[in-house]
Amino acid sequence: MSARRLRSIVRKETAQLLRDRRTLGIMITLPIIQLVLYGYLTNEVLHQPTAVWDQCACSESRILVRAFENTRYFAVRWWVRDLREMERRLDRGQAKIGIVIPPDYARRLRAGEVAQVLVVVDASDATSARVVLSVASGVGARLSQDLTVQLLRRRGQRTVPQPVEVRTRAWYNPDLRSQVFIVPGILGAILQFTTTFLTIGVIVRERELGTFEQLVVTPIRPAELMLGKILPLVALGYINLTFILALAWAWFGVTVKGSLLLLYVLTLAFFFSSLGLGTLISTVSRTFTQAAQLAQLILLPSILLSGFLFPRESLPPPLQWVGLAVPLTYYLTVIRGILVKGVGIEALWPSILALVGLGVVVFAAAIVRFQKKLG
Amino acid sequence: MTEVAVRAENLTRIFDGLVAVDHVSFEIPPGRKWGFLGPNGAGKSTTIRMLCGILSPTEGTAWVLGRDVRREAEAIRARIGYMTQRFSLWRDLTVRENLEFYGGVYGLWGAELRRQVEAWLEHAGLAARQHDLVANLPGGLRQRLALGCAVLHQPEVLFLDEPTAGVDPLSRRQFWELIDRFAEEGTTVIVTTHYMDEAEHCDELAFIYNGRLIARGAPEQIKRTRMPGVVLEVRTDRLMEALAACERHPLVQEAALYGAAVHAIVEDVAVAPRLLQDLRASGFAVESIEPVLPSLEDVFVALVEAEEG
Repeated sequence: MSARRLRSIVRKETAQLLRDRRTLGIMITLPIIQLVLYGYLTNEVLHQPTAVWDQCACSESRILVRAFENTRYFAVRWWVRDLREMERRLDRGQAKIGIVIPPDYARRLRAGEVAQVLVVVDASDATSARVVLSVASGVGARLSQDLTVQLLRRRGQRTVPQPVEVRTRAWYNPDLRSQVFIVPGILGAILQFTTTFLTIGVIVRERELGTFEQLVVTPIRPAELMLGKILPLVALGYINLTFILALAWAWFGVTVKGSLLLLYVLTLAFFFSSLGLGTLISTVSRTFTQAAQLAQLILLPSILLSGFLFPRESLPPPLQWVGLAVPLTYYLTVIRGILVKGVGIEALWPSILALVGLGVVVFAAAIVRFQKKLG
Repeated sequence: MTEVAVRAENLTRIFDGLVAVDHVSFEIPPGRKWGFLGPNGAGKSTTIRMLCGILSPTEGTAWVLGRDVRREAEAIRARIGYMTQRFSLWRDLTVRENLEFYGGVYGLWGAELRRQVEAWLEHAGLAARQHDLVANLPGGLRQRLALGCAVLHQPEVLFLDEPTAGVDPLSRRQFWELIDRFAEEGTTVIVTTHYMDEAEHCDELAFIYNGRLIARGAPEQIKRTRMPGVVLEVRTDRLMEALAACERHPLVQEAALYGAAVHAIVEDVAVAPRLLQDLRASGFAVESIEPVLPSLEDVFVALVEAEEG
């Protein structure tokens, strides 16, 4: 390894990167677009348009509807007069939820009988439907409890405390803001995307332009060439990281709870493995198009398998295992750990070891493939 | 100094069953301008690439500056320069940045690097455009820049693979002046070319055809000894008709236009009076018919035809 040769390569690569306006433009616009897109893409199911067929039209039924609305999941848009109208609203997608209150609702309540209320949900989107259904059941349970207490009081009996009380606390993200989960994920996904593609760009480009042949006859060693090409990309990756963090803070108020320094240090382990992946892809591809397709083939599933959008635990076990080979999986643990939970190295070391291990494997494979021969 | 700059022994390369270079052997003494001639696909570039150690020989081997290209390619690299057939500098870097990069990877540094870069910029007439992007440079200047990148570290052996392909005649001449200067300073120059006028610049030539060496020697020597037959230069009026008449003549093997004359290849000088008589009889105002030294092109064409025959 010669420091002079390495410096020459780093200098050349830096000059070329800085002159490549299009790539730099993508590095800046991509995070903005992704953050805006995914940042507002929440998994909350608020303000669902609701149609109500209130056959009772009494004060009790009004209390019931208000209880639904107070959860913020239901927004009553339509007061319908029959079942057919309700069906029509649901069919057309004008309403996602239908609530049917029977004519004898108030009478049954006063008589201490069971009053049935029907909640119909458009379950085309199963995930949202599941949330709405459980909220609806909750509303029912809560109301029943209140009514029971009132009934007992009216009869002059003492109320008994609930046998089981479940108290909930949302740790790390008390306001349950989905951006807190999504934004660090986008950060990792963008970094993985840009670093891998940049690596492919700077390595395959030489082969396509024919400059590779000229490089091969020089005394440059493969490791020097690789390192010289990668170091400027690491610097660019850090600039990108800083930019995204600033953007996430300014736009969504997502701050770094843990140590910023630790985040930067551990990101190096991620760069190591994602740049290695890019290098490996470049060495097995002849053209940029080929390499880019291969990268898409690897990156797209890796984003889904890493737990970027869905919890990894909900995937079937074989897919979870595949996800273990994806650098992003570990990096997401690291950034969510530092950004959201504010934990330190004591909680993150298994992920760090995995990242470094993956990096060593892909780089070793890349160096074996990266021969200074034309054929 | 080694006695032989480059030595090839049964150098062979097979690509997927296709023999590109077929048991080629030669020796090149140091300080020579060695020309490698042959049609496209004859195996010139493949041979050069093997000599530079970037392509493994299938069989045989070569020594460059006494080192085996199969096993010691890395040791050879610092002492040779190579200019590829395809223009291969970075268009998004400036003239100076390209030179500095190559100087740097060959171990030049600081003041020495600056001195060498300045010297070449001056030498090659690139000083005024040193801060221009290569993308904006005309072909002739690009070629000189590429040469500079290959010679900045003062290599002992310089490989040039069709360095003047697609360059205008004036630029070609300036380019060869630069090459001549290297040779004078003791660099061994190995150059492949299509252009016969460039071949005349070389101390020694090797003709390669279908992967095999079919002739070797100094240009004069090749012209004198390797021509199967005699070239008669026919100076006459109505050139095109005279050419057709020569081609039809039973004693002429081959005829071609050469400048303002017809070159007719015959078996023996004794044919000349007979040809003169016949042409005059056909009404041509023949000025003279004289045996001349064949051009390299004549020899080359004749050799290739003999191979194919």
